[in-house]
Amino acid sequence: MTSATDDDVAVDPADFAQAPVNAILTPQQKIHFLKEMLRIRRFEQTALKYYNQGLMGGFLHLYIGQESVAVGTISLMGKNDHVITAYRDHGHAIAVGMGMNECMAELFGKATGCSRGKGGSMHYFAPDKNYWGGHGIVGGQTPLGLGLAYALKYQNKKGAALCFMGDGAVNQGAYHESLNLAALWKLPVVYIIENNKYSMGTTLERSSAMRNCLAERADGYGIVWDIANGEDLYEVRAKTDTAMRRAHEHSLPTVLEIDTYRYYGHSVADANAKKYRAPEEIDRYKIHHDPIRLWRKRLIDEGVINEEKIEAIDDKIKEEAAFAAQFAIDSPVPAPASIFEDVYWEVDNQTDAGMTGRHFFGD
Amino acid sequence: MPLTTYRKAINDALAEEIIRDENVVIMGEEVAQYNGAYKVTEGLWKRFGDKRVVDTPISESGFIGMGIGASMLGIRPVMELMFWSFAYVAWDQIINNAGQVRYMSGGLINCPIVIRGPANGGTNVGATHSHTPENFIANTPGLKVVCPATAYDAKGLMKTAIRDNDPVCVMENTLLYGESWEVPDEEYLIPLGVADIKRSGTDISLIAHGRAVITALKAAEILFTEHGINAEVVDLRSIRPLDEEAILRSVSKTHRAVLIDENKPFCGVSAQIAATIQEQIFDELDAPVQRVCSLDAPAIYSPEIERIQLPTPDRVIEKALLIC
Repeated sequence: MTSATDDDVAVDPADFAQAPVNAILTPQQKIHFLKEMLRIRRFEQTALKYYNQGLMGGFLHLYIGQESVAVGTISLMGKNDHVITAYRDHGHAIAVGMGMNECMAELFGKATGCSRGKGGSMHYFAPDKNYWGGHGIVGGQTPLGLGLAYALKYQNKKGAALCFMGDGAVNQGAYHESLNLAALWKLPVVYIIENNKYSMGTTLERSSAMRNCLAERADGYGIVWDIANGEDLYEVRAKTDTAMRRAHEHSLPTVLEIDTYRYYGHSVADANAKKYRAPEEIDRYKIHHDPIRLWRKRLIDEGVINEEKIEAIDDKIKEEAAFAAQFAIDSPVPAPASIFEDVYWEVDNQTDAGMTGRHFFGD
Repeated sequence: MPLTTYRKAINDALAEEIIRDENVVIMGEEVAQYNGAYKVTEGLWKRFGDKRVVDTPISESGFIGMGIGASMLGIRPVMELMFWSFAYVAWDQIINNAGQVRYMSGGLINCPIVIRGPANGGTNVGATHSHTPENFIANTPGLKVVCPATAYDAKGLMKTAIRDNDPVCVMENTLLYGESWEVPDEEYLIPLGVADIKRSGTDISLIAHGRAVITALKAAEILFTEHGINAEVVDLRSIRPLDEEAILRSVSKTHRAVLIDENKPFCGVSAQIAATIQEQIFDELDAPVQRVCSLDAPAIYSPEIERIQLPTPDRVIEKALLIC
């Protein structure tokens, strides 16, 4: 098993670069992945700045450190592939193509937000981009991901549902029930465990019983599983591709555990973010295992791009993030009347059903 | 008009909707090959096959959540809970996912799912199997809940629920499954949010839903024959959306109300109805609104005693005489 926690485990950079799904990549595509990872990071760093100024409510669960997972996996999606994830959802949102503006405005609780200011950080959605959220309850999205796969199979569509979850979700009953159904009914779902080692402040060792890794539990359900080193975008793509092919061609599920790491706390409000792990551990990841740093180096080594061009790209992305923040600040808050919108489809669409009987009570 | 059981009326509704819409799929524990734990889905698997009628493992959180996810992509699952009491292990899926996903997505998603099954006490199966969660569901904006009292209503409401584009919880009653009512052969739909006057009267309004409507009708007969009181029985049919106008119209006519509710009294459906009446037509009342609910303890097993834990005609009559 490859573990990102071991500094001396050397990943042969050639291995996964030569996987068929990576060998066909153009320089432009490789640069695009770098851009997308940078966009996620700069978006969140900008969000953090305003969160710390008190301009946002609620929680902010940052994805920084894990960018290669969302970008690598989602880069493989076709028109019948779908994505659903938990509350650490900004990275997946940007990777599927949601704009920084509507994502940032959602954090500010503005009417121009992707969920019209009704979902917040944990509840981004873009069904038009096959992105089904953004779910706040740990493990609660795992049966929904299964349902997306069920619908694909029911409709005879060749697609897969990528259902992301954290390592803290693997002990929820809903996940195990989903694995059983996925195997029983041969559903094209890929459960992607983004193992960042901590379920809030509890280490993997203190929360999850296992033989060697979390994905291996899938053996009990007869589901094929694999584990990937998340710091290597090539490896993420190669192993996700295998899982998605299994879904597309054989309508079979996979559990794919991707080792990764988050630099910030469980959320920004996590007061103990630096107490349950040593600061040296975080520094070690930033220096030796940062997926963006490693991908930059890879592209420079491959002669795809140079430092100067990367800096120019990064500057533009920082501008994009700053612009998104300004867009959010300038946007209006939702009208109070909108509290009663988006509750019932029939009411919103003013159908006969929506206009019959009382749907809302009190004032 | 032919007599049909409550059970068969629902079965017919499911069959008609399976035929009408290729996206309708029936799922639940024992719904297919076993023909339904309460035989509501009897014969459907044989008629429509594996794709449309699906046996699930005992895994409510998993399969209800799966149905919700499938409904986001346009499937119209009709999920059976063998008992609504079992919904509690799927509560996160029903409340947080079916109930909130439209709102949290700013209206980008809707879940056209039906979750149905019996929700009643009175069958001596103990507290874990006797829950009536219509008040919990009705307390959740985003969900709808209906409680049919007759075969006619069960069929019409079920067909409407399946065609509705929001999540609808249909709460049936095992004590009614074998009872028969007149049900026409031709197709009909009953809109959600429309109450039904099951007995017209002038002296007092008995307002109920589900099997409590039958209790109210029995009480009304006795009140008329033995006490000369002409009671009106209002069947809510749908809890959310709620036909408030029908409630207010009836009480404005009779000026007295007894609310009959197999829910427990604390924050039960009747508590909401009582609040509505006093808020909106306080001046129409000639007496305080009375309530008859299940006695406020977990459902007792002992058959003799459970019978009186649920609302009885005697308790309704007692409350009615108190204010007439």
